[in-house]
Amino acid sequence: MTAPLDVSGTELQAAPEAVVEGAGGAKAIQGRSLGQIAWMRLKRDKVAMAGAIFVIFLILVAIFAPVITGLLGHPPNEFHQDMINPETMGPKASWGGINKDFLFGVEPVNGRDLFSRVVYGARISLLIAFFATMLSVVIGTVLGVVAGYFGGWTDMIISRAMDVFLAFPLLVFAIALAGVIPDKAFGLEGDTLRIVLLVFIIGFFSWPYIGRIIRGQTLSLREREFVDAARSLGARGPYILFREILPNLVAPILIYSTLLIPTNVLFEAALSFLGVGIRPPTATWGGMLSDAVHFYTVPHFMFFPGMAIFLTVLAFNLFGDGLRDALDPRSSR
Amino acid sequence: MTRRSLVVATLSGALLLGVAACGGGSTSTSPSGGSTGEAAAPAAADAFNAGIGKVFNPSDKKGGVIKFAISDDFDSVDPADTYYGFAWDFLRVYGRSLVTYKPAPGQEGNQVVPDLAESLGQASDDNKTWTYKLRTGVKFEDGTPVKSADVKYAVLRSLDKKTFPNGPTYFNDWLDLPKDFVSVYKTPDVKTDSAIETPDDQTIVFHLKKGYAGFDNFAALPGTIPVPQAKDTGVKYREHVVATGPYMFKSAEAGKGYSLVRNPNWDQATDQIRKALPDGYEIEAKANADDLDNRLISGDVQVDLAGTGVQPAALSRVLGDPALKARSDNPTAARTWYWSIIGDVKPLDNLDCRKAIQFAADKVALQTAYNGPFAGGDIATSLMPPSIAGHQDFNLYPAGADNHGDVAKAKEALTACGQPNGFAINAAYRADRPKEKQAGEALQQALARVGIKLTLKGYPAGDYFALYAGKPSFNKENNIGLAANGWGADWNDGFGFLSQIVDSRTIREAGNYNMSVKDPAVDALIDKAMTTADATARNGVWAEVDKKVMEDSYVLPAVWAKALTVRGKGLTNVFVNDAYGLYDYLALGVQ
Repeated sequence: MTAPLDVSGTELQAAPEAVVEGAGGAKAIQGRSLGQIAWMRLKRDKVAMAGAIFVIFLILVAIFAPVITGLLGHPPNEFHQDMINPETMGPKASWGGINKDFLFGVEPVNGRDLFSRVVYGARISLLIAFFATMLSVVIGTVLGVVAGYFGGWTDMIISRAMDVFLAFPLLVFAIALAGVIPDKAFGLEGDTLRIVLLVFIIGFFSWPYIGRIIRGQTLSLREREFVDAARSLGARGPYILFREILPNLVAPILIYSTLLIPTNVLFEAALSFLGVGIRPPTATWGGMLSDAVHFYTVPHFMFFPGMAIFLTVLAFNLFGDGLRDALDPRSSR
Repeated sequence: MTRRSLVVATLSGALLLGVAACGGGSTSTSPSGGSTGEAAAPAAADAFNAGIGKVFNPSDKKGGVIKFAISDDFDSVDPADTYYGFAWDFLRVYGRSLVTYKPAPGQEGNQVVPDLAESLGQASDDNKTWTYKLRTGVKFEDGTPVKSADVKYAVLRSLDKKTFPNGPTYFNDWLDLPKDFVSVYKTPDVKTDSAIETPDDQTIVFHLKKGYAGFDNFAALPGTIPVPQAKDTGVKYREHVVATGPYMFKSAEAGKGYSLVRNPNWDQATDQIRKALPDGYEIEAKANADDLDNRLISGDVQVDLAGTGVQPAALSRVLGDPALKARSDNPTAARTWYWSIIGDVKPLDNLDCRKAIQFAADKVALQTAYNGPFAGGDIATSLMPPSIAGHQDFNLYPAGADNHGDVAKAKEALTACGQPNGFAINAAYRADRPKEKQAGEALQQALARVGIKLTLKGYPAGDYFALYAGKPSFNKENNIGLAANGWGADWNDGFGFLSQIVDSRTIREAGNYNMSVKDPAVDALIDKAMTTADATARNGVWAEVDKKVMEDSYVLPAVWAKALTVRGKGLTNVFVNDAYGLYDYLALGVQ
């Protein structure tokens, strides 16, 4: 990471890319900020843009889930047992009961609308993934910067703490914690409490991944000339941390956030799959997969939530990769 | 305690997520050659339920090896340490208890017949002393003759619940044991003649604390299968159980499999109930449940040992294919799946609030949740299932014309209870049992129609009774008003089914199977049943108990369990024994 990214976008010297497009045009040659350059590179990366568009689409789906299911589906927890063959518990109609009313077919046993449940499942998945990522990024950045900048004992303690957290059997802990937490705690209850709990578990235990990267970056940044210059002009710790070092960390933070989100989507799905996530009947992708395991002869039940997880993770990863290439062109692909 | 049936939880591959997307393309390669190949043997025509109430493909042909498989495993093959119905059925091939259930189809299977003993027990007038005479000439697999002391030792060692945690506790509760007796391992020198006497090598006398006319059912427990004290290795005895039946273990590896071969020291002349047709048995443990179904259908495996029926995936295949359906049976188990309505939790302390739940429940949705009419069972209207002697059909809470619940009646009950807008409670179920989760969701939907808000809470099945729903204080603290439950009879009479689940005096601090029924009137009826000598009158009292429990509305019955089982290819003498609700493993042979 050698090109410091200026988020304020002002008073920057021209990078080589700045001349490329303006060369033959009527417009005068203009300098471009690094942010603009990154955006241009990102726009050229079709795959990353497809990922980004899908991510935006997903977010819209999650936000407008009630509207979408109101138009195209049924309430997500509503039973439609008239669609179910009571003897085999599978959908009566072929193709999993897919028709214009039930776009993805119906769930075996209770006949709930699979489309609505996949749509509502996006809410839980994205909500938990975003907030958990945010939590781990905040903790990771703060502790990473502090460890890298101050060094010495501080670094020692924080780094060892990271080792401990990385060595922690997270899945086992998550299962145990989600199992013992009562109905009401911290003034919350029901699904809200479960979501907060999952955000906490996932976020709190994945900060060392980003913390280590930030620490390493900070270690190299603090030895750089511009930091020395600031220091020789009399700048103190907080100023250097927030005005000199942190702006240079925006790129790695952004990149690792986008790459952490899909990991967290998967982790939430895994917890729901194991039955320690959100309580039934609230729809989650992982929970649906876990139910579908017993009905492998009704493949649509597994296909749609599985596909939703797959596409979400893929989209975030593609976007994250593209973002990294755009922000840091010198990193090898 | 209940004789358990094995519940299969196919939650194996935890992180299956990656491959989930390619879960499509199920291959339905039902081997069409199978049914024609079987038609070549004119012995028996396949028909649905051909193994129920009659013998399918009767034959006396000896030889061959029967292949069993099970998706889980025995709790133990040690007769002192097993509580699975299938194990009680199977262990009769290597062990002989004093008496046992007749290997006969249908109701006849509930009849107790002498096995190791010459006849059924001789009772004293007060039913407190029971005497059995052993047959002469019965030997262990090493050729030593079986003595009454071996039976006594076997019963005494089965009392040690620290060493053998799985088995039933009837002998512990009923035998008149000396106070200083702890176990055969810890207090080997304590005189136990007050409980069991062996006046000579062929006679054994049991002394009970109080009279019980149905003691033959105790004598049929696996605990009376003789164990030679010299060969007893405590918890390790399961690695080589010494056989008295026609087969003995060649190998026994828990979690892997078992193989049995003929016991040269078994003599047909001493045995009136066994034909001992096959040359041996192979049992594969820990098979994948779905794979097991497929192999059963293709003929690679002949019997699913657990006998709990096919998985949902195979269910649609079997029911959808007439040739396959003709190879299947739909036996009834002496088991009810139900939900305890816990009166300790407000507002369920009010009878009308409990009744509201009965009326609001959607019985059809519940039945489907428990896997439908074939694999789940018949809609239950009372606690005691029809296969229990003395069962009476009645329905105190008709769930509307279509069995989807009577919302109007439920609302009336709610008004009567002073909660016209409904109330909120939690419902506990075993998280690793998909059927109970589905049933919980069905209840949630149905009860929401009258404003009863149910929050579902899953707990691990292993500790469900010890730490969660079986613990009254836990239910109170966590506002658990409904709890999924299921019960199977240890034997098919009112005592064998009801005694442990409706008697409020059995309720302890934790580990209760009776989570809700607390009524002195019920307790009084139970006492009345115990002291009623005449069997028909006694069965009538048990039916009264059943009715009273339903009047109190402490139990919401869901289904009387059934299973869809596939008859293995090439098996002879196939029939379901009502005593176990399973194929009678003693009678099976191969073509």
